[in-house]
Amino acid sequence: MSSADVGTAALVVGLGTALYAVGAGAYAGRTGRREWAASARRAIYALLGLLLLAMVLLEAAYVRSDFSFELVAQNSSTDTPTFYKLTAMWSSQAGSLLLWVFLLSAFSSAVLFLTRRRLREIAPYATAVLGGVAAFFLFLMLFYASPFATLGSPPVEGSGLNPLLRHPAMMFHPPMLYTGYVGFTIPFAFAVGALLKRRTGPEWIRATRRFALVAWTFLGFGILLGSLWSYSELGWGGYWAWDPVENASLMPWLTGTAFIHSIMVQEKRGMLRTWNVSLIVATFMLALLGTFLVRSGILDSIHAFGESTLGKPFLVFIATVLIASVALVVSRRSDLRSDARVDALLSREVFFLLNNLVLILICVVIFWGTFFPLISEALTGTEESVGPPFFNGIIAPIALVLVGLSAIGPLLTWRRNSFSLLRRAFAVPLAVAVVTVVALLAFTDAAEGGLALVMFTLAAFVATVVVQEFWRGTRARRTMTGEPPPVALSRLVGRNRRRYGGYVVHVGIAVLLLGVAGSSSFNEQKDVRLEPGETVTIKDYEVTYREPTVAIEDDRSGTGAPLSFGAVLDVRKDDEHFTMRPARNYYPSQSEAMGPVGRYFGGEATSEVDLRWGLKQDLWLAIQPDLRKLKGPIRRGNELPERFAGQAIVAVARHYADDPPPAAFRAIVSPLVVWIWLGGGIVMAGALLALWPSPEARRRRVTSLYAARLGRELSRA
Amino acid sequence: MEVVLPALVLAAVIALLVLQPLRTPSTESASDPRADLEAAKEAKYREIKDAELDFRMGKLSEADWRPLDAELRGQAIAILRDLDRLEGRRM
Repeated sequence: MSSADVGTAALVVGLGTALYAVGAGAYAGRTGRREWAASARRAIYALLGLLLLAMVLLEAAYVRSDFSFELVAQNSSTDTPTFYKLTAMWSSQAGSLLLWVFLLSAFSSAVLFLTRRRLREIAPYATAVLGGVAAFFLFLMLFYASPFATLGSPPVEGSGLNPLLRHPAMMFHPPMLYTGYVGFTIPFAFAVGALLKRRTGPEWIRATRRFALVAWTFLGFGILLGSLWSYSELGWGGYWAWDPVENASLMPWLTGTAFIHSIMVQEKRGMLRTWNVSLIVATFMLALLGTFLVRSGILDSIHAFGESTLGKPFLVFIATVLIASVALVVSRRSDLRSDARVDALLSREVFFLLNNLVLILICVVIFWGTFFPLISEALTGTEESVGPPFFNGIIAPIALVLVGLSAIGPLLTWRRNSFSLLRRAFAVPLAVAVVTVVALLAFTDAAEGGLALVMFTLAAFVATVVVQEFWRGTRARRTMTGEPPPVALSRLVGRNRRRYGGYVVHVGIAVLLLGVAGSSSFNEQKDVRLEPGETVTIKDYEVTYREPTVAIEDDRSGTGAPLSFGAVLDVRKDDEHFTMRPARNYYPSQSEAMGPVGRYFGGEATSEVDLRWGLKQDLWLAIQPDLRKLKGPIRRGNELPERFAGQAIVAVARHYADDPPPAAFRAIVSPLVVWIWLGGGIVMAGALLALWPSPEARRRRVTSLYAARLGRELSRA
Repeated sequence: MEVVLPALVLAAVIALLVLQPLRTPSTESASDPRADLEAAKEAKYREIKDAELDFRMGKLSEADWRPLDAELRGQAIAILRDLDRLEGRRM
């Protein structure tokens, strides 16, 4: 009995356990029998234990380089650094499915534990839904892509991890994305439970709101890490390419953003019930679609796993869930009627609705552009695709409207607003926006950026609105309590974390989009071929190719690349001098036909970009060494007996260093890129602030007269 | 076949854990709304505080805030009444 057998057994029993959770949960939901609900909940906890066992067994196989596991042989090798061995699991189809369902069982267990004494009517059905989704992924692993498949005759050495994935951001990117996708399953499951039990009030939202926010945060962080990886690893110099898989992750984030806003309207006003359940259904569907796109091979993407057999079962599952969900929403339309009506157009709820419509519009545009190749092929027989100009042209102006709404929203209150009070609230932010636009026009070339100028102005407007909100809140609290300003600010934020966390997120998004606007409107790129000693000028930088570098089993990024050719470049900007060292890593091919030396140059190669980060602008450099002059030394090395391969490679490397051929360089100066990552950090900080439990949640219950009790409890805030 | 033995062992352990609640049928009501009412109470308090903060910040006029506050407090009192009714207490 091997560990692979135990792993497979865990998956088999896991499938049975998940199916039991479906049956027991549905029975408990229908009959109201508590013991069956408890049993279904325990089945989900047990599933977490089984999947944890499976994860540990697979990780152990990676760590000990057990190539009898097909997955380990395909995605790892003895010389793969331990960090990448530990994270190589999710670079494969089957391993990532295991991670997906493991995270799902962890999230499901957490929410079912937290609601074990609440939502007693809804939770059993939600348990059944969560069990059903887990069962589908376990079914895929058992019948289509097993992480515990073994090889009859294991190879002595594995193929190694795809070199492009040897980047810290890329290793954290998939778990973050999956946590996001999986997290949205929780509110979806409770929404289905609420619909089935006709309990469509705010209870299911209150119970799962934090999970939606966690999912949104992780998905956003995952998207950002993917962008960082693209910018610093892929060698093309950009952070977003409107690639189908990138788009697939952005779409549920957009609908999730809409959901997080619109559930507040239901909580506060009892409105948008149909909209909210529809949004969470759409978000879950898009999360499944994102998972499906990476696995189906139906659209070309650098991020996809390539051709696979998972497309059909995934499509059947998505179609089934979609049809069932839509039918359920339609059948419950009478229970989804709003409690209240809009009192005034100038109210926070109306602006939330507008924000939702803009987010959905962006999502629809991205969906259309992403699936256009399939749509065009179905309609015309010819596959045509739309590129970045399509997306940028439509989405950039809509994004400006969104940022504008995110600035106005915090100034409005629920129900109705007084014009005179609003005029006062808008005065300072508008003045700052006007000063910003005048200063940008007078002192910078921002006017050439067109939409970028509008974005910079809106970012200033958003930031001022939020600072003003903090200031007005602190002042109000001081008036009520007489606390010193720092204490008042700290307690204000601490007791209204959701509100102020949200405001911080708004600033983060504005800063992030400021970075996007600046870098896409004002970047400059040069592709040049330089001999050692030659110089290229780009914007304010003079970049001189000083000398080539070679590294054998000592690449600077610690990816485990056996061979790395690069360059030392002297950079001068005004009075500033510094050196940069871009490189290109070479990973050997498994093909013996290329020869013992040639295979080191015929396998995968990756750009190890060197970046000079700056608040104002980044200097980005990549190198593509010209290997044509090395053909002779490589051929001679191939003719030697294999035991001399190491020495032959050293000789080839020395030849390159002693007589360097011209190398191709790509130099990019991207203004404000760093603000994208800083903005992302601010978003995360705001989301964490909003997620942190408020002191109210810990408040003790009191039992005195109604009115007195109410007054006393409220005065504690 | 080598999967069968570990599968049987795991299935037995899981069955023991999962089926345990069925051996001691619960006497609790399926629809105990206490926790839901507590959550509703907290949410209503938060709403009242939010409205008051908006008023103190100058975002809500007194003419708009007073009736809103009274309405929200009325709703909070109704929730408290439901909670007390559930606990068998009387005013």
